[in-house]
Amino acid sequence: MVDVLAQRERQVFRKGEDTFNIGCERNSVAGSVSQRACVFCGSRVVLYPIADALHLIHGPIGCAAYTWDIRGALSSGPELHRLSFSTDIQENNVIYGGEKKLYNSLIELIDTHHPKAAFVYATCIVGIIGDDVDAVCKQVAGEKGIPVLPVHSEGFKGTKKDGYRAACEALLKIIGRVATDKISKFSINILGDFNIAGETWVIREYYRRIGVEVVSAITGDGRVEDIGRSHGASLNVVQCSGSMMYLAKQMKEKYGIPFIRVSYFGIEDTSEALFAVARFFNDVGLLERTGLLVESEVERVNRRIRYYREKLKGKKAAIYVGGAFKAFSLIKALHLLGMEVAVVGSQTGNKDDYTRLKDMCLPGTIIVDDSNPVELANFSIEKEVDLFIGGVKERPLAYKLGMGFCDHNHERKQVLAGYEGMVNFAKEVYSSVMSPVWRFSPRKTVGAGNGVD
Amino acid sequence: MASTEKNFTATTNPCKLCAPLGASLVFKGVRDALCLLHGSQGCATYIRRYLISHFREPVDIASSSFAEAAAVFGGGDNLKNALTNVCSQYHPKIIGVATTCLSETIGDNVPMYISEFKKANSRTDLPEIVHISTPSYRGTHMDGFYDSVKALVVSLARAGDRTDQIALFPGFVSPADMRYLKEIVSDFGLPRVMLPDYSETLDGPLWKEYQRIPKGGTTYDEIVSLGRSQAVIEFGHTLKTGRSAGLPLEEYSVHRYTLGLPIGITLSDEFFGVLEQLSGRKMPARYAEERGRLIDSYADAHKYIFEKKAILFGEEDLVIAMASFLFEIGVVPVLCASGSKSGAMEKILSEMGARYGRTISVRGNADFSDILDEAKNLAPDFLVGNSKGYAIARELDIPLIRIGFPVHDRIGGGRLLHLGYRGSQELFDRIVNTIIECTQAKSSVGHSYM
Ligand code: SF4
Ligand code: SF4
Repeated sequence: MVDVLAQRERQVFRKGEDTFNIGCERNSVAGSVSQRACVFCGSRVVLYPIADALHLIHGPIGCAAYTWDIRGALSSGPELHRLSFSTDIQENNVIYGGEKKLYNSLIELIDTHHPKAAFVYATCIVGIIGDDVDAVCKQVAGEKGIPVLPVHSEGFKGTKKDGYRAACEALLKIIGRVATDKISKFSINILGDFNIAGETWVIREYYRRIGVEVVSAITGDGRVEDIGRSHGASLNVVQCSGSMMYLAKQMKEKYGIPFIRVSYFGIEDTSEALFAVARFFNDVGLLERTGLLVESEVERVNRRIRYYREKLKGKKAAIYVGGAFKAFSLIKALHLLGMEVAVVGSQTGNKDDYTRLKDMCLPGTIIVDDSNPVELANFSIEKEVDLFIGGVKERPLAYKLGMGFCDHNHERKQVLAGYEGMVNFAKEVYSSVMSPVWRFSPRKTVGAGNGVD
Repeated sequence: MASTEKNFTATTNPCKLCAPLGASLVFKGVRDALCLLHGSQGCATYIRRYLISHFREPVDIASSSFAEAAAVFGGGDNLKNALTNVCSQYHPKIIGVATTCLSETIGDNVPMYISEFKKANSRTDLPEIVHISTPSYRGTHMDGFYDSVKALVVSLARAGDRTDQIALFPGFVSPADMRYLKEIVSDFGLPRVMLPDYSETLDGPLWKEYQRIPKGGTTYDEIVSLGRSQAVIEFGHTLKTGRSAGLPLEEYSVHRYTLGLPIGITLSDEFFGVLEQLSGRKMPARYAEERGRLIDSYADAHKYIFEKKAILFGEEDLVIAMASFLFEIGVVPVLCASGSKSGAMEKILSEMGARYGRTISVRGNADFSDILDEAKNLAPDFLVGNSKGYAIARELDIPLIRIGFPVHDRIGGGRLLHLGYRGSQELFDRIVNTIIECTQAKSSVGHSYM
């Protein structure tokens, strides 16, 4: 059996054996090699897809260097978000403060790149050296005439979720700045899709086909101006509830815009998302068009994944993702492919999420919160999984153990959303699980060379 | 024309990484060691991710996971808790505790925490704990790297009866380079200890069983024995100064050779020369043959590359050694740039340029936007450096020869060979063939002979 750190015992749950409530929403246990990032990471995920804004990271160089162009959030126009800007704080700034450097950096970068807004991410040491980021932002905003918004994303001040919230606070300051005339009554905002590999475009196209206007995607392929008029939409459609629920709630309070929660992953969830929107507007034509779209797309997807399903039937998977909401969709999608889920976990799930996961899973499934490489490897071995779904950090672990892998975080380069995403997903899972290379894995065969210790 | 002035206040697309990354790499090269970053969780996770995308190997780096209270009241409890958990989950023999900007800024007294931890846990099997101060506002990943090697030497190496052993500090080179270096020194019949040695841990086979800490790396005993070496060879032109890990070995009367990374004939000859001297043997035949073939290929291909203009960027020591190689094959490194700023690079390269009768531009403390701005006026033929240069290669529409770290957009970064005659041969062939390929692709004829 795997030795789980004593402080983490309540964060590992075996369905059928254990009965306790899964521990969650805790700080990572020191020294456990958590797969989590930090508050800043959360803010960055949400805001970076805004392609015509300046994203300046105030702090020492690392936070900026490691996140330069790491996410596949695509833009159909400007690509300012793909550059990495940092104030690159030096020792003298630590001693005498970095406000002046921040001010100069902002002025110079705004003059060079003419962004529509600027986000200033305060990372770990900024507060400690006593910089008043808000004051600098305010001053520059006054001088340059664009919104300059502080994002308080000091890594240690909470978890990724707090970063989402800081990002939402910044978004709220942009929303409402632009007039909302000429917006159709069948209009929505897409919240929580970041246009990874072009997914927002895929989703927008579905809405176009059923006759719903997308006022703004927050923040996939985002523009400051579009977000500025997003309060003119009739409905907020929230995906990836972890990052955007706060914004949706605030927009409801402030502008009276209702919201619904959806997922665009897997055919079931995608269809349900479109229907939910159609039902909300309760328009006959709209409902009819949605029905037609769903019918034809589902038929097409089923036809195209039949082959993969035959091959993948009965294979076992482990899932470890950032938000639990994604895990729900993945479980459904894997079931559609005839696969079993043996291990499932998330970095930031909450109590409700884990209750739902417990309900969805078969007895024997291991459910885990904020896991680490030792646990993930051992659970996957114990359950003899054929596939691991996770992010870049889990990939080599899966491969070392001779397991297939599917990248399902923000760095992937493939559309996994919507109907075509389901086909891509099936193909990707198939390409990894069914590859002939695994028969050389020392855990599976004994061949020349495998006997060596 | 050597300039170090930065035109801009902000850094756009950095050409450097932060100090704890260097420390993490060094501890990946020590057997049964684990690196623990004292600060917030994010730094460790981002660094892991960055390393994994290059090496495509699991990289576990622990963090003391600061929360708000730690930032206010100090991170002592977090560090001790982290040490306890790392011990129980990984059973390491050595733990490297590297600080981050956060723990440095709040002024955590890490040595004190460590000794308190040791006192509270007087078990006999407690791992060795080595502390390195790595605030990134003071230095780059290379400072973190060199300082960690030095910290290991200072805290663990001991005097003793002299042996013929050679201590080898290769610097930040690839696993393939490390394997080749070990081969070379062994072929001279010299016993050696190389520090660090991540040739297996960061480029290893699939596993039969889960490995908490992948096999491989310099052992504890080997590091202790460094003090008994007859000589130490360390690579890195910039190490002539205080960052040298060989310097503290001089206290034990270990003779120190600080050489450039052996890239190209000139610098490889220097390295092999030292080995001949230390072993009292001539260069083994296979290396003489490799050298012969390399020069033969220089002759075969010299025309295709003569006076081609290259832009070279990356870590200072890599840039200096690569520049030496490019000069010797007739390529002019018109712009040599690094994100670090030790100051040593500018002088060395300007002098090197003068020896070849070339004026080149050398920039320390540069970022990729500086490099791009200057490149636009230089009409370069190709770029040489890590994959972060791809954005400018694309903009300038010229090829990028990927070397060093990171190589995030290709497979096999860890297997890139740069050093010695064999590594230079690989680099040389890649450079020449890239140039030929460009000419071929742009030609209206499409010659099928060169
Ligand atoms: S805070 Fe310092 S150590 Fe951490 S990632 Fe940023 S630069 Fe690196
Ligand atoms: S933990 Fe702090 S310093 Fe480290 S990456 Fe996150 S914000 Fe940057």
